[in-house]
Amino acid sequence: MPTAAEWSAVRLTAELAGLTTLLLLLVGTPLAWWLARTRSPAKPLWAALVAMPLVLPPTVIGFYLLLLMGPHGPVGQFTQWLGLGRLPFTFSGLVVASVIYSLPFVVQPLQQAFEAVPERALEAAATLRASPWDRFFSVALPLARPGFVTASVLGFAHTVGEFGVVLMIGGNIPDRTRVLSVALYDHVEATEFDQAHRLAAGMVVFAGVVLVSLYVANRPRREPERRP
Amino acid sequence: MIEARLVLPRRGFTLDVSLALPARGVTALFGPSGCGKTTVLRALAGLERAAGRVALAGEVWQDDAAGRFVPTHRRALGYVIQEAALFPHLDVRRNLAYGLKRIAPAARRIALDQVIALLGLGPLLERRPDTLSGGERQRVAIARALATSPALLLMDEPLAALDARRKAELLPYLDRLHEALGLPVVYVSHAIDEVAHLADHLVLMDAGRVLADGPVGDMLARLDLPVAFGDDAGVVLDAVVGERDPRWQLVRLDVDGGAAQLWARDQGQATGRRVRLRVLARDVSLARQPLEGSSIGNQLHGHVEAMADDEHPALTLVRVRVGRVPVVARLTRRSAHALGLAVGQPVWAQVKTVALME
Repeated sequence: MPTAAEWSAVRLTAELAGLTTLLLLLVGTPLAWWLARTRSPAKPLWAALVAMPLVLPPTVIGFYLLLLMGPHGPVGQFTQWLGLGRLPFTFSGLVVASVIYSLPFVVQPLQQAFEAVPERALEAAATLRASPWDRFFSVALPLARPGFVTASVLGFAHTVGEFGVVLMIGGNIPDRTRVLSVALYDHVEATEFDQAHRLAAGMVVFAGVVLVSLYVANRPRREPERRP
Repeated sequence: MIEARLVLPRRGFTLDVSLALPARGVTALFGPSGCGKTTVLRALAGLERAAGRVALAGEVWQDDAAGRFVPTHRRALGYVIQEAALFPHLDVRRNLAYGLKRIAPAARRIALDQVIALLGLGPLLERRPDTLSGGERQRVAIARALATSPALLLMDEPLAALDARRKAELLPYLDRLHEALGLPVVYVSHAIDEVAHLADHLVLMDAGRVLADGPVGDMLARLDLPVAFGDDAGVVLDAVVGERDPRWQLVRLDVDGGAAQLWARDQGQATGRRVRLRVLARDVSLARQPLEGSSIGNQLHGHVEAMADDEHPALTLVRVRVGRVPVVARLTRRSAHALGLAVGQPVWAQVKTVALME
């Protein structure tokens, strides 16, 4: 059976991934909507910025975040000025880092889903008296629903699986920043392969379940073709 | 009165139109593809931002001089495009309700039940858009627009995506709609048969400009406009069903109070009913005397009012006035020459086919 320390890591991981996903949906939805609809020349720049975590080694992101959030970094000085203390090696710091690291996994599926919403459906809604906000909630959101499922699942799963950034920003503090991937690393370092197996196999099962449910949820709905 | 003054640079030309359209009946914007007619419609709807002014019966939707631009969702209009653009995530009933529930109850002049009956949607209400045929989808889209009780209905080639059968199935609905609701309609089309069928007023466009506009009967009788060209050119006449001949299954159609009388196949219209006829130029031939021993039963006595060259150098167009009724004939120049046709000359027009269009 998993030890109390391992359960703590599981709980911490779930909290981190859940909170990160929630924040990412809140931040990512308007960002994805803007990226999908804008004709601004600055679009490629923003798209590249969002995609950056896909190509950068996690340790690079972790390193810069550490500098930014550290006592001399602008973010660190700001959080200290606010009286929140410093973010590195705290759960909050982990959340902030995860949001940045998992951003493309949420924004890109949302952006693709919003791009697939036909312009003429939105125009039809406008001619049917729907204001821009109304059009967004009554037409764009329901039509982009598969994108939200994909974005949530990928955002959550990717946060669960992150290691490099977590180690750089969170360190390895039991009950505060020691998430599953770090706990697994600890076991391996200590040559506790049985325990490592338990966590690793658990992750494999988790990934499988997540992916299968994703494909089930986003299965194209087949309805019988009825034509008179 | 619908007034629009619109200027908008497009690729290849500048849209520059000034329109004053009747607030009753169907106005057709007619012209070749890419002449800017859809852009005019979109600008009327506020979906496209052209420079200028748009006003409907005194209500100003756009006036650049006064810095006024009413966004689309605050304009009391209905808009129907070629591809129905139904909401795929809603069934037919919810599609119909979408616009309805967004207008104030006090503004609901058209009842949803009436619209459902008018467009024959009763059996479709629980269906989802992806299970409907093209014609059904289009009917739902029209009903959805009407359910908002619009002050103006804009239609952009609503029949263009349909095959001939579906088109024939939908046309009667469009007829009924403008009879039943008395709503002004602006209708974009590049199909002259639709225009002849539905339009009361015709705006002829080319390369972003208005070539001419006027009542459809007058416009289609003009020889100086490109609508006079082509195989489908011909006049549109308003007539009353005068008499039926049950033995031969024919009806007599009286144009202009009987000044011109034409026999056509009986399609069941009641005596006294107002109908619209279409007489194609290619179906009219001219003679200096009444013909005897001809299979053509419709002969009208009139005089040559105008002559003009057709597109093809072998052909010529002749407008004959029968009382006040215009009929256009397409002849070869050789025939016209052989007949010695000249303006003012009395002639007999033989009409081979009369299309009765409700």
